[in-house]
Formats: sequence, C-alpha cells, structure tokens
Amino acid sequence: MIEIKNLKKSFDDKAVLKGVDVTFDDGKCNLIIGSSGSGKTVLMKCMVGLIKPTSGGVLYDGDDFVSMNDVEKKTIREKIGMLFQGGALFDSQTVEQNVMFPLDMFTNDKYAKKKNRVKQVLERVQLKEESYHKFPSEISGGMQKRVALARAIVLNPKYLFCDEPNSGLDPQTSLVIDKLIQEITQEYNITTIINTHDMNSVMEIGDHITYMHQGEKEWEGNNKEIILSENQKLNDFIFASEFLKDAKRMRTIQETGEIPKDMPAGVKDAIEEKLNVDLDGDGHIGSPGKNGPPSKE
Amino acid sequence: MKILKEFGAFIKMAGGMFRKPENPKMYWKQFMLQCNDIGIGSLGIICIISVFIGAVSTLQTAYQLVSPIIPKTTIAQIVRDTVILEFAPTLSCIVLCGVVGSKIASELGNMRVSEQIDALEIMGINTKGYLVLPKILAGLVTIPLLIMLAMVLGIWGGRLAGTAAGIIDPSIFDTGLVMAFKAYNVYFALIKSFVFAFIITAVPAFYGYNVKGGALEIGHSSTRAVVVSCVLLLLADYILSALLL
Repeated sequence: MIEIKNLKKSFDDKAVLKGVDVTFDDGKCNLIIGSSGSGKTVLMKCMVGLIKPTSGGVLYDGDDFVSMNDVEKKTIREKIGMLFQGGALFDSQTVEQNVMFPLDMFTNDKYAKKKNRVKQVLERVQLKEESYHKFPSEISGGMQKRVALARAIVLNPKYLFCDEPNSGLDPQTSLVIDKLIQEITQEYNITTIINTHDMNSVMEIGDHITYMHQGEKEWEGNNKEIILSENQKLNDFIFASEFLKDAKRMRTIQETGEIPKDMPAGVKDAIEEKLNVDLDGDGHIGSPGKNGPPSKE
Repeated sequence: MKILKEFGAFIKMAGGMFRKPENPKMYWKQFMLQCNDIGIGSLGIICIISVFIGAVSTLQTAYQLVSPIIPKTTIAQIVRDTVILEFAPTLSCIVLCGVVGSKIASELGNMRVSEQIDALEIMGINTKGYLVLPKILAGLVTIPLLIMLAMVLGIWGGRLAGTAAGIIDPSIFDTGLVMAFKAYNVYFALIKSFVFAFIITAVPAFYGYNVKGGALEIGHSSTRAVVVSCVLLLLADYILSALLL
C-alpha cells in the first residue's frame, strides 16, 4: 500500500502539487487521470523519488520514502518496477539484455537461471522468441512497451508504476497492454499506479481512479462510479471522449427511453441496433433500409 | 555567475560518483566497454592524424631551415620535440574532444531525454557512478596510451616524409632523434595527456548528463561540451607549460 500525505511540490514560485492526499491499495490498478499540466506526472515522479517534494510524505507500507536516506531509499527502489512513457529501453542492448539487466545488477544468479527468468517474463508479456535478440529500434512501439513491462516485473516488484503506458499505441495494442498490467497486478498482488488520460484504460482497468485538476485531487472513485459522477470538472474531462459521451447517452436512453436531441444520426442508429428498438419512431431500427425490420405501416 | 553555477553542479556530480557500486562486476564491464569505445574507437583517427602531422612537420621544418650551417639532424630534433611536446598531446586531444567528447555528450544526453537514466535511478543504481565514472576512468587509461602511440607514429611519419621527399636521409634522421633527447619531455607530455583525458571525458559527461529538453538540446549540449572542453584543454595546456617547462 502506498499513502500520499499532503504532498506539495513547487517549481520556483509555481505550485504544481497543492497538498495531495491519496491511498493506493495492493492488488489494484490505481489510475491517476487528469489533463496535461494537472500534476499527475510530477506526483508520480515524487512517489518514485525522481523529484523531491517541497513537503508532505510518500509512505510505502507505512515507511516515509521522502525522509529516508539514500541507503534506505535503495531498499524501497529495489521493490519498484517502472514502465516509462517511451519505454526507456537501453538502445545499445537487445530485448533479452534489457530484461536481464536488473538481474545482472542485483542478483548473483547463474546465467542459465537468469536466462530462464527472462524467457519466463517475456513469455508472460506475450513476446515471441524471435524478437529476443532484436534491438529496441527494430521492434514496434507495442513490443517496446511489453519489453519495458517485462523489465519492470523481472525482479518481482512490490510496486509497479506505469507512466502513460498507452501513449503512441493503437487502441487494440493499448487494450493488450492494459490487460497485461491488470493481470500482472492481480497475479502478483502488487500495488500498481498508472498515469493515463486514455479513457478506454480508465473504463477497462480502473479499480481505483484519482482525478487530478490543477495540482489537486479533484475526485476519487472507480470505473463504475466515474461515469455517473456529478463533479463538473471531471465530467468536462471525461466526456471530452466521444466513447464515454455515447456511453452516457446510452445509459440515459435505457433509463428514460428518450433520445437526446443533439445525438448524431449515425450514433442514434447504432444505439437502436444495439438495443434492438426503434427509439426515434421513424419506423426503422438503425438506419432506414439497412438492418432494421420494415415499419408496420 | 553561470560558470560558477556550472562548476558547482560539476563538483556535485563528481562527488556523487564515488559510492559503493551495486555490483562491481557490472561496473567493471562498463569500464571495459568504455575503454573499447574511447581507446579502440579512436585508434584509427589518431593513427591518421599523427602520421600526417609528423610528415607535415618535417616538410615545413626543412622548408624553413635553409641555412647550410644548420645540420640536417636539427630537422629530426625539431620534429621530435614538437611532436612530443605539443602535436601529439594537444592536437590529438583536440581531435579527441570532437570524436570522444561529442559521443559522450550525445550518448548521455540521449539517455537522459529518453528517460533511460531515470529508469536506472528507479532501479536503485547510482547513475553518476555507473555511467559517468567508467567513462572518465577509461579516458584516463586509454588517452595517455593513444598519445604515446601518436608520438611514435608522428615521428615515424616525419621520418617517412623526409625520406620520401628526399629531404633527409633516414640514418641522419635517426641520428638527430637521439641527439639532446630529454626524457622529461615525454613525462611532461604524459602529465598533459592525463589532464587532457580528464577534460575530454568529464566535461562532455557533465553536459550530457544534465541535458534538459529534447533532441535539439542534445545537439546544443554536445556542441557546448566540445567547445568548452577545447577551450579548457588549451587553457590547461598553457598553464601546464608555464608551470612545468
């Protein structure tokens, strides 16, 4: 469990974090969402020690990371795995060498044992053996993320941090990465914290969601509660996504049986087909002359 | 003010390098890799420039020594001393500033910008000790060796050019080489090469390690690293010459 206690961070005179309090539980995908400049990346960097906070605490299972000395911090860092936005793979090393690096540095295991562990985690992230000897520049963005994830989990971390794991990926690959993170979190019962503004991820794996706005925690909940939230700032953020806007409309239609007037015709027809009902009373389910049954006239 | 700030940051970085390594084997591996990159990687260019510098020195010295009362052995003496005292250490190191310095600055800058250094920090690795220190140590080991090679090749190049151009007979050149030879000149050149090696590796490492921004800043820091290390190298050359000669 990680607890953030009244965390503040200022750069010169600009306050980026204005006293954040939040708790991240074990075995859950904890998402930090928010628009660009909301302070979520600074919050994550403060948590892993890349930025020193101005004040406040970051407690790893009760131990305050901020006030620790370098030796104590090292013991915590050995329990941390991090997946960076760009992967942060070492350019001069192959996929296999990248994943083996933490084992080389922190264990005295024999080469065969390390190789076996590398194979195990690379298989876990569904990477084929033919790519093991390729360099990061020779593999796709999705594969790079998977290698970075494999490297992050190779030492069995207790805490997994993921900074924008889906940035630059297509929706299908994003979904695969999301599912992998979720499965790994549950499998190893680790505390996973994900920085994202991908609403697909939020709806898919958001066990616990923290919404950041201008350096403050604005809202907290899960992926079932977020869509019904009355928080205006949160709604402005999440309903910028057409997918969620339509999800909310669908829910409104199911509850009230009325179609919002501003709904585009294409979306309306798609919803009619999904619900198999003629909502607008035009005598067709979906677009006229397509899938819908003939009108009763 | 900026110079003082940068100097302070450099001292801080240097102080951070000396901590107990997480795994000495990995640090040794990194040191050997850097020895290969800096030493073997620069071997070709050092060989080429040394031979040509020696050759040009012979031709130009012979061109200026037109008096019949000056013996031909003087050409060899002048070539020997200029190559050992100045051309081999200083000129080679200025070239190495460009070759090695820009490589170190851009490599570390790229690692910083692409968050590779952050990834190492989060793993609990002392990045200054793991990334910067092996480069400086590798420079201190390999650059003096390269300079010694440059001395030998420079003189050989001068002998070759003198013979090929019919300016000086090889036996006369060899006689001149051992006349009034001061071993102290070689020690002086080696002292210079150690100081230059530190400048060539530490200054670009500092600029590369502290890059902020993106690809453009990597280019800027690389250029700045080469310029600053060249200026410092010439300054050190002057100070050492004034103090030790």
